[in-house]
Parts: sequence; C-alpha cells; structure tokens
Amino acid sequence: MGMTMTQKILAVHAGLDKVEAGQLIEADLDLVLGNDITTPVALKELEKMDKEGVFDREKIALVMDHFTPNKDIKSAENCKCVREFACREKIKNYFDVGQMGIEHALLPEKGLVVAGDVVIGADSHTCTYGALGAFSTGVGSTDMAAGMATGKAWFKVPSAIKFVLKGKPAKYISGKDIILHIIGMIGVDGALYKSMEFVGDGISYLSMDDRFTIANMAIEAGGKNGIFPVDGKAIRYMQEHSVREFAIYEADEDAVYDEVYEIDLSAMKPTVSFPHLPENTKTIDQVGDIPIQQVVIGSCTNGRLEDLRIAAEIMKGHKVAPGVRVIVIPATQQVYLDAIKEGYVQAFIESGAIVSTPTCGPCLGGHMGILASGERCVSTTNRNFVGRMGDVTSEIYLASPAVAAASAVTGKISCPCELEEA
Amino acid sequence: MKAQGKVFKYGDNVDTDVIIPARYLNITNYAELAAHCMEDIDKDFIRNVKKGDIIVANKNFGCGSSREHAPIVIKEAGVSCVIAETFARIFYRNAINIGLPIIECKAAAEGIEAGDEVEVDFDSGVIYNRTKGTQFQGQAFPEFMQRIISAGGLVNYINAQENA
Repeated sequence: MGMTMTQKILAVHAGLDKVEAGQLIEADLDLVLGNDITTPVALKELEKMDKEGVFDREKIALVMDHFTPNKDIKSAENCKCVREFACREKIKNYFDVGQMGIEHALLPEKGLVVAGDVVIGADSHTCTYGALGAFSTGVGSTDMAAGMATGKAWFKVPSAIKFVLKGKPAKYISGKDIILHIIGMIGVDGALYKSMEFVGDGISYLSMDDRFTIANMAIEAGGKNGIFPVDGKAIRYMQEHSVREFAIYEADEDAVYDEVYEIDLSAMKPTVSFPHLPENTKTIDQVGDIPIQQVVIGSCTNGRLEDLRIAAEIMKGHKVAPGVRVIVIPATQQVYLDAIKEGYVQAFIESGAIVSTPTCGPCLGGHMGILASGERCVSTTNRNFVGRMGDVTSEIYLASPAVAAASAVTGKISCPCELEEA
Repeated sequence: MKAQGKVFKYGDNVDTDVIIPARYLNITNYAELAAHCMEDIDKDFIRNVKKGDIIVANKNFGCGSSREHAPIVIKEAGVSCVIAETFARIFYRNAINIGLPIIECKAAAEGIEAGDEVEVDFDSGVIYNRTKGTQFQGQAFPEFMQRIISAGGLVNYINAQENA
C-alpha cells in the first residue's frame, strides 16, 4: 500500500521509511509559528517547562498581525510580552508593525516555508502552505510551546481525500470559488482529521495565489491539511522567494484515499457561502436580492496581490454603492507596495473604498470594520460564524474578490458579469 | 476518574468563535476570560453553570479557530467533561494538551438532553444518564493520549520525559 503526499512528508520527518493512516508519530519541525493572540498563551506554557530556551531561534516565526496596529491597551500588552520574548531569545523571524503582514501571506512571501517542510502554527489557517507542497497544520498554544522548546510535535498520520480538479476555470472562477464549492459539497466536517490532496490538470491553470486560497480553507472542511503537487509554478515561486532547499514528494500510484471527488472547473459558477457556516453555499445565480452594508477584501484567504488586482479591475471607474462601506486590506507590506505601484490602491480610493495597513482585523471581529446588529457584509475572508465580525445578528457572506468587488458597486450580492452588461 | 453534573446541550458545529468570541481574546486572565464562555450561543450559560457540569453537543464541536482559549474557558468555567459526536481536530488536540476531559460518543450525544444528570467514567469510557437511566459506551483515548492526560497535559508529559 502506497503513501499519500502528506504521509511521505510525515514519514521522512519522523525518521521512518513508511507510515500509515492512524499511526501516532513524533515529527521534526521545520518551522513553528505563532501570532499576537496565540503566542502569549504559549509563553505561559513555555514558562512551565523545565527546558530552557527555544530549540532553534531561526525556526520560529512570530507575527503580530491580529489586533495590530494595537487596537487597545490589552492588545498592546500582549504584543509587548511577545516582543520582549523575541528580543530575549533572539528570534530571527519576529515581525512587528512595519514588517508584519498577515502571517499566512507573509511566511511564503518571505521564503520561510518550502516544499517538503513540516510546519505547525498556532493559527488554524496554517494549512495555507500546502499550496507549496509542505505539510502544515494549525495547532493550539500548548503545542506551539512544546514545538518551540523541543522542535517536535506528535501527529496522528491522517488518511486522505483526493480532489481531482479538471479543466480550465470558467470566467470569474478563482481559488475561492473552488474551495467554497468543495466545502459546500463535503460539509464543514467533511474532511475531519484528514488530508485534502488536490490534483488534476486543472491545477496548471491555478495561480499560486489561487492555490494558497484553496489550501487556506482546508480547515473550513475540518481538514488537517490541504496539499498540492509541486509543479513549475510552485518551483518558480519558491526560487523567487526563498533561498532554502526544497524537497518534492509525490503520492504513490497505489496510495489509498478514503474518497475521490472530480470537479470540473470549466462548469463552475461564482459561489457564495451564506450565514452562518462556510458549507451553506449557493452559486451566484441562486443568491437572489440581498442588500449589503459592508464589503471586506483581504485576509489570509484573499489579501494577496492577485486578489487586489481582480477587485481593482472590477471597481475601477465605478463608485461604491451609497450606504456601503468597503474596506480593502492588503495582506503584507509587499502586497501593499505592489498594489500602489500597479494603481490598484488609487482605483480603490477613487471608487470610495478605504485601504488599510495589513491586519487580520475585521475577519475575526477584532477591529477595522466591526458590524452592527442586522448588518450584512460580503467578505473575502474564511468564516461566517455567528458574531464572527461583530454583533450576533450580523451576517457574513463569504465570496471571491470578484464577487465582493461587484457587490461593492451594486450594493447587493452580485456577479461581476452584471457590471459587464451595464 | 469520574465526572458528574448537569448537562448543557448544544447542536452541530459549535465553533470556537461562539465558545469565546475573538473580541475578548486580548484578555489574559483566564477567570476574567471565562466570564464570556459560550456568550454568543448561550448568554445564560456562565450564570447557570456549576462546577462539575457537563457539555454535550453533536458533531464537529470546537470547529474554526485554533484558539486554545476555547477549551481553557470551558475548563475554567468549571465544566468537568465535554461529550460530543465528534470534535474538530485542533480543539480535540488542545483539550488533551490542557487536560480538559472530552469523549466522543454519538449515541450519548443523541440520547442526552439539556438538564439531564450525567456521570462519566473516564477509565472505562462509560457514560450514564442518571435522569433517564440510560448508559452509553464512549470511545476511549489511544494509549499515547491517555499518557498525556494522566500526566496532566502536554507540558507535564514533556517535563516528565526530559527528567526521565
């Protein structure tokens, strides 16, 4: 019986020739990640450990991205305690305001993750790096503390579901539509404890930004990780961003999958997740007339340059609909700079949107766009749970940057094609 | 080890945002944080919960964010055990790592109602509903996880290994 891509990476990091689903292993870690919310809790646990210091000051990344620039005194104190720790332990990859971006956009951009790595992060969207052919998964703060101290983590080797993506994506179809479609199909626990392996000829049409978006939301189907094969595009991305050596693993031909799904990308329609679960999907033609008060374009899911390009091209020359607040958040400083150079920021501002410094901010109801009771938001973020972005009666509709931009202009959830016809 | 208490019952996909909303995650004092436990799904929970009480839910309990604050506030609120049909994987890991007892049992999740008095025996995995006189067999933890739990969480487990 062969191994999946994920199983091969885990086997190598556990020093084993072979692993199988269900096996408990201890794996060496290439990177341990934490943010300004989860790291303070991890530091409390680290203090309780008998072991002094961290396993490798170059293999820890601390990113102050959630409640930053600090929204209040308590958040400032949390960042201060992480900052002091990073300084004391000489943590090489500490990112504070000025260098920080949203962690899951920042780490690949800085070349800190490459194919073949095993990465844990005290943030559920750590699964994003599967786009590069790495095994990466979200954990809690105690696992992060143990990882920082020992450089190891325990895992139950996951079984896998294979998603065969076929054909060229239809117009306006992005990685976001593909992953929302998949979550709608299998449910928010459809991949519980499992790997989601994405394969097929359709992948060649997907940009790296599309792939990051798809891997990012594996957790929204309950998945342990999402992972892509490493092709020429992925190799180019790593060569442009990282000096680290990477290792390419391919699934064995006789690898076993719990389920296999085939998805025809050419037949897909823009997809929207209705409140209050990412699995409540509808295609854009089934949405109906839903007026909105806010649009958020950003986050670790959709705050990369291509996301902003797609949104800016749709909004350029149009005005934001009266009564709608549009918040655009480039995910990193580099994305922000590039968006300025490319004229996207100007297009957003001229249309009536605001452009914020990088932050997770509104995605988790932190700051920079909290919703009042009964308000509706079309958001390119990843979760539409009750109260996620504000009042418990507010509503979040998850969508692609294209749908979010079109909705900003029309004032209701809209297909970008509506603007074409106008 | 046993737990016994009154049941608070919830449905499918109880996410970590409703267990502890992110707007409170700037709070570092766990007792203060626990005052907001379950606030967005059950405003009365924290007023009514007593030490030893039990949470029972259906599938995918603890889905969403990796925030360890979620099992921490449940434990801090006095809850002795969470029973669910299934748990989201990060919550499952976090609960084991911080020493919050959890048990997967579909039949118990279906057969227990809010307000029932329930007993849980962690060694045998037996769940007994005293109110209804019904009994369920929950899934026991793999041996490796039992070792972490009996050490009192991951940090103690690692400390014991380092000192061995």
